[in-house]
Amino acid sequence: MKIRLDQVVKSFDTFRAVHGVSLEVASGELVALLGPSGSGKTTILRMIAGLEYADGGTISFGNQDATTIPVRERGVGFVFQHYALFPHMTVSENIAFGMKVSKVKRSKKAIADRVEELLSLVQLEGLADRFPNQISGGQRQRVALARALAVDPKVLLLDEPFGALDAAVRRDLRIWLRAIQEKLGITTLFVTHDQEEALDLADRVVILNGGKIVQEGTPEDVTRRPNSAFVTRFLGDTNRLQGHARGGQIFLGGANVAAPDIRDGQAEIYVRPADLEWTGEGEGVHATVTRVIDRPDNRRVLARLDNGEPVELDVAPETRLARGDQGYLKIRRANVFAG
Amino acid sequence: MKRRVLPGLPLTLGITLLYVGLIVVLPLGALIYKAGTLGFADYWRIVSSERAVASYRVTAGSAAVATVFNLVFGLALAWVLVRYRFPGKRLVDAIVDLPFALPTAVAGIALTTLFAANGWFGAPLAAIGISVAYTPLGIMVAMAFTSLPFIVRTVQPVLEDLDPALEEAAQSLGGSDWTIFRKVILPLLAPALMAGVSLSFARSLGEFGAIIFIAGNQPMQTEITALLTFIRLEEYDYQAAAAVASVLLLTAFVMLAVTNLLQARALRYTQRS
Amino acid sequence: MSLHQAKPPRVGDSPAVRRTLIALVLLVGAVLVLAPLIVIFVQAFSLGIQAFTAAIGEPDTLHAILLTVITALIAVPINTAFGVAAAWAVTKFDFPGKRLLIVVIEIPFSISPIVAGVAYLFVYGLQGLLGPALQAADIKILFALPGIVLASMFVTAPFVARELIPLMQAQGRDLEEAATSLGASGWRTFWSVTLPNVRWALLYGVVLCNARVMGEFGAVSVVSGNIRGQTNTLPLHIELLYHDYQTAGAFAAASILTVLAVVTIIAKVALERRGAGRRSRVSIAAPSMIAEEPTS
Repeated sequence: MKIRLDQVVKSFDTFRAVHGVSLEVASGELVALLGPSGSGKTTILRMIAGLEYADGGTISFGNQDATTIPVRERGVGFVFQHYALFPHMTVSENIAFGMKVSKVKRSKKAIADRVEELLSLVQLEGLADRFPNQISGGQRQRVALARALAVDPKVLLLDEPFGALDAAVRRDLRIWLRAIQEKLGITTLFVTHDQEEALDLADRVVILNGGKIVQEGTPEDVTRRPNSAFVTRFLGDTNRLQGHARGGQIFLGGANVAAPDIRDGQAEIYVRPADLEWTGEGEGVHATVTRVIDRPDNRRVLARLDNGEPVELDVAPETRLARGDQGYLKIRRANVFAG
Repeated sequence: MKRRVLPGLPLTLGITLLYVGLIVVLPLGALIYKAGTLGFADYWRIVSSERAVASYRVTAGSAAVATVFNLVFGLALAWVLVRYRFPGKRLVDAIVDLPFALPTAVAGIALTTLFAANGWFGAPLAAIGISVAYTPLGIMVAMAFTSLPFIVRTVQPVLEDLDPALEEAAQSLGGSDWTIFRKVILPLLAPALMAGVSLSFARSLGEFGAIIFIAGNQPMQTEITALLTFIRLEEYDYQAAAAVASVLLLTAFVMLAVTNLLQARALRYTQRS
Repeated sequence: MSLHQAKPPRVGDSPAVRRTLIALVLLVGAVLVLAPLIVIFVQAFSLGIQAFTAAIGEPDTLHAILLTVITALIAVPINTAFGVAAAWAVTKFDFPGKRLLIVVIEIPFSISPIVAGVAYLFVYGLQGLLGPALQAADIKILFALPGIVLASMFVTAPFVARELIPLMQAQGRDLEEAATSLGASGWRTFWSVTLPNVRWALLYGVVLCNARVMGEFGAVSVVSGNIRGQTNTLPLHIELLYHDYQTAGAFAAASILTVLAVVTIIAKVALERRGAGRRSRVSIAAPSMIAEEPTS
């Protein structure tokens, strides 16, 4: 099922949560809505579900205008941030709930079979009779997913699906969710504030800030070609350096950065720690090491430029560096925006 | 009309407004209206009459004494229930609520019987020259009984949630128990205590059933304001009844505002982020 | 090890302080709370068991019991329906004036029952707003059952709502939204999702409401007219007997209400263990409420 949002607007009291958002999600696509808190991403998801009504604009499912269809009849599967499992029902009762209340009457046997099928899909076969507070967070998450899938929703919506889980469980569930989504081919949107999660999981990432879409594209698009300083910073650690652009070039005390699209004048250069290279001597920006931090897969070097600006860069674990060492930084790759 | 996601607002809000309107707002409005038809001069004459003022003095004075008693005893009771283990503790904890559960008329005749000159407590007290029943002291006893649970129940949860690290910090800095209690624990309990005090005082001001049996009900001496209202009704002096009742109502509104303010302040300490 | 305390003493843990405070509390508690409880039964049986049963079996007393039960049977269910509706409206929606509405619901809790009674007189009494019209239509509200029920409903209006509102507020709207997104209707959502999660708090409110309705004295004494054998509820009947110097009879009747109070407290403690009540309020998924076995 294709989803289309056209100029959707939503305000709460005096606060404008979503400003004219337009978005298309292709059938079977897995899309992440990524943004900091207050960016409007959860509000957008809830409007698609029918848990909030848009103040303006339209939301359509396929060729049908869904803007005013109530949540009960919209046919979406929604996984709540804290799962909202019914605490007084067992795992299987939770999963069966949607089928029991449906206008489409199903036999007891049909419901039981479907519950069984879903339990095996989410790999919780042995836990049918447990109550939600008797299972782990990751298991609850999977029950919530099974419950949402039980009524054969046209689209699957997940609000911060891994937010309440610890790091190890998060990674496993991410891979598993991707596999299930591919198997079912269901159009899926999820909300997250974790850029790694969005990039790992989604076909396409929609980045939001202040109630507006600031960039959308494949993980490769948004990571390699961020269109703004905000997106660059939001997607990961980065150094911000001040420079001056002239004739498509920025001169940065010994290093040049190509900036063909930047007008002459003040510019901001964003360089990821891994895109800086350390050389003992030669060309580049002169810097002094202030601290070295060892991490499992590299060494993070904190250094200071001659003008006092701090920079961070990643070097190979075996690189021999210590506080006070001097050298030069080469910029392998950078994103430049007018300052 | 804004569309809503969950159903039932018109039905439930309709029922709520109808009920509140008919059961609560209409009668109170009628009372205020009735008092309002008096005209200021008549109203003032009634509410500032000697007998009325004496009843305020008796009511507020007794309520103040009862509340101070409950402040001390209620705090001690809450402390004992939270901090110590002893046989029968759960029973004591449960029985604290008896004054809320026992009908006031039943409490009234029971207390009167106990404190009458020939009662279990009245007789020995009479022997040393103290009479309780049919004196202001009796009113205080009845008020202390009916409002006993308020302070215990507001302080108890705060005391339970008190972070032991605060005391440990004070101990590590060399404070004696008494100093720590006064300088660390009591200030943290203060908002809850104040909230409990205002609830307890408000309840005492309005109490009727438990008091009229034990009070003796002598005008100027042991007549509480609620009883004066009742007497004016029995005399078919409806305007006077309305006027005196409006004083009680106004006091209740003031106490409600004070209590809400104090409870909001109490939450500042107990609410965690 | 047994000589060592597991933890260093906390403030006030010294034996002297401890014993003094416990002794003080038990002594005052015995005088102020336990003694009234005992004296009721001692007085009730002071003329022997036969006099007790005779006093209870007296027609006026039986009628008072009946009237009290009828009042509760009408007032408590209506009040419960109101409390549930109010809690749903207030916690599941946002609308202007919501805070004011909550305050108004709480008002009867802080008002003297006498004031409540007087207020009803000025609505339904002959000197009140609707009195003349009601008399013309020959509808009797005051000095009759409807007046008693109305006054009881006033004094207990907040009882159910004030238990449900904080709990349902804390539970949020996620469960109802989840049920609705799965296709459940409003009633279905209420019955199979909301109600099971607030049932103990609801019952708690109902138990306290019932105790107050059956025991209400001040408000009812104004509106009932105290007509012996007709509009006397049990608390009013106790006053009447007591002032008639039928002390044993008064205490016999009082002992019935005392038993009700004790049963109420037992029910209260039992419900508090299941998470109801403001003191031991816990999150909705507390193990004591749902789990039959501990989480592995």
